[in-house]
Amino acid sequence: MAQVELTGIAKSFGEVRVLRDVSLEIRDGEFVTILGPSGCGKSTLLRIIAGLERQDAGRIRIGARTVDTLRPNERDIAMVFQSYALYPHLTVAGNLALPLRMRLLSWQQRLPGARWFSPHIRAVERDINRRVSEAAALLQMETLLPRKPAQLSGGQKQRVAVGRAMVREPRVFLMDEPLSNLDAELRVHMRAEIAQLHRRLGVTFIYVTHDQAEAMTMSDRVVVMMDGQPLQFSSPGAIYSDPVDLRVARFVGSPRINTLPGVTTGRRSIDLAGLELPFDVALAAGERVTVAIRPAATGVAGQHGLPGSGVPGLSGRLVHRENLGSDLFLHARIDALDTTVIVRQDPSAIDAFPLGMQLQVDIPVDQALAFNSAGARIRSRVVARAAAS
Amino acid sequence: MTVGNLASAADTVEADRQRDWREALAAMALVGPATALIVVFLIGPLVCIALLSLTDYQLGAKALRFVGLANYAEMFGDRVFRRSLENTLTYVGVVVPLSVFLGLGAALLIEASASLRGFYRTIFFLPVMATLIAMAVVWEFVLHPQFGMLNLALNAIGMTGQDWLHDRKIVLFTFCGIGVWQSLGFNMVLFMAGLTSIPRDLYEAAEVDGAGQAWNRFWTVTWPLLGPVTLFVVVISAIRSFQVFDAIQVLTKGGPNRASEVLLYTMYSEGFEYFRSGYAAAVTMVFLAFVLALALFKTWFLDRRVHYG
Repeated sequence: MAQVELTGIAKSFGEVRVLRDVSLEIRDGEFVTILGPSGCGKSTLLRIIAGLERQDAGRIRIGARTVDTLRPNERDIAMVFQSYALYPHLTVAGNLALPLRMRLLSWQQRLPGARWFSPHIRAVERDINRRVSEAAALLQMETLLPRKPAQLSGGQKQRVAVGRAMVREPRVFLMDEPLSNLDAELRVHMRAEIAQLHRRLGVTFIYVTHDQAEAMTMSDRVVVMMDGQPLQFSSPGAIYSDPVDLRVARFVGSPRINTLPGVTTGRRSIDLAGLELPFDVALAAGERVTVAIRPAATGVAGQHGLPGSGVPGLSGRLVHRENLGSDLFLHARIDALDTTVIVRQDPSAIDAFPLGMQLQVDIPVDQALAFNSAGARIRSRVVARAAAS
Repeated sequence: MTVGNLASAADTVEADRQRDWREALAAMALVGPATALIVVFLIGPLVCIALLSLTDYQLGAKALRFVGLANYAEMFGDRVFRRSLENTLTYVGVVVPLSVFLGLGAALLIEASASLRGFYRTIFFLPVMATLIAMAVVWEFVLHPQFGMLNLALNAIGMTGQDWLHDRKIVLFTFCGIGVWQSLGFNMVLFMAGLTSIPRDLYEAAEVDGAGQAWNRFWTVTWPLLGPVTLFVVVISAIRSFQVFDAIQVLTKGGPNRASEVLLYTMYSEGFEYFRSGYAAAVTMVFLAFVLALALFKTWFLDRRVHYG
């Protein structure tokens, strides 16, 4: 019912082109996260969907309607702001009721005291109160209803902001970095709560964030945006393991993906400082490419009695160790490539890796991703070929 | 409990007492200078005026006599004073609402248009910066019954001009007009500062919530969030209006026939023309009572209602 369809959206502020030709198709009931670094245009895109900003070009459809000329309140959307944007002079109940009062009562009917003269207004107000208490019950904040926003904690304000969006029963929920003002623990908690709310309401959620953890944990699909353009729109898993662009690969994943400069050999392989990785790429010899590999996909073959894994490796020197308890990250300096590679190991093995040791970093070819000089992914069928040969 | 315990407990109590005493001394030393200055420059003179209002002191006289509330009795029985008080209250009653609402209106209009904002702001703010004594001369030209610009303009559109400064029925309202003209710009600037401090998010939330049209937006966001500024503007305007004096002194000297006599003018003429300092002090006390009432009203009552804490 309420799929959101963007076609060729463009927006400039003066000379700055914030969005260039954005087209997305968001399915009904889907939780879609727009992920990108600050300044990539993701908030502007959300504001354009909301109608708070007008696009220079392109079309927006929500459900069956084209909404380009509609005001925000006519678009059947609700928005949760980063700053919560609660009305400070109204109680929580007043904040929740406001969108309903605006829609269900005319300005004469909203005048103070008007309710004493009209049973109709009183009936509408009873209905509003009922819906407000329902929303409050759903979000478990009945006790907050008589308070003013200034008396609430960050997490409570957040909840009220979500509640205010909810009472209108919108077909699309828009959220602009709603968790970024909360502390880390609460953020993790609210993440689960918002995902739960989405499942319960079953309406379309469009969620903007720069935090990859939020994007990966809550969404059905993620749009990664950079420089005003969506680079990839797919499931969180695919964004992580199958990025189509080097910028996506770099933005998602912590610690950052390892990137190694390579040169094509013309023999369906890539040369990494003497190490020849078989890659089924139809590129001429001498092209500069980037080979990227996740820290978790690499392995180590040490000098001191550790067995080699049999896959191609780069020799380096251990310059830094980070033990996070669940993961151990080894920083290996690869002098031949003038770069540092991060390798994930099990923390229990920490004693096997004294600082300064020489080690061999494995680059499993089936896990490595190759990107051309423009940053686009070079698809290779290396696994198939390896199996065939 | 042993004797040793008791003794050490007594020691502790003694030590505590000494420390409390030292802390109190330090506190007094720290607030001392400020307190001394306040007493010398604010409380002291106020007490002097209050005491003076109970005497028959005349400026320059060698002796004075305590007369109790005689000055006050005379004052409230005096038609001139009652007239003066009435005029002042009328003036405040006209100037405060007009200058506040026109100031708010001007601020909203200027904020709404991106172009010429600085120009309009300057124009409206000019009267605040100009000395009213100097501007009074200009007003005299504008309001002159024969060749004043105002009457010429009125005649040109077929209306009869008035003798703005010498008609007993009109003169007070002429001063109200000048007062509004003067404080509008000041109020406008305060409102503009208040407007810029309203978070943009709130307007956007209002728009999403269906309160996007100008009228709804004003009542949902602008007006409630301007609460603290509005309160400040009202109180400041009221206090400044109670202080109206210079234009009246220059243009009419309270005339004709006391029609534009106001509190400060009465105080001035009693104190510095008739040298009745005791009586002038009593008038001053009335003036102070109004200003103090306003200040207390602001701090105790309204501050709590406009800061949504």
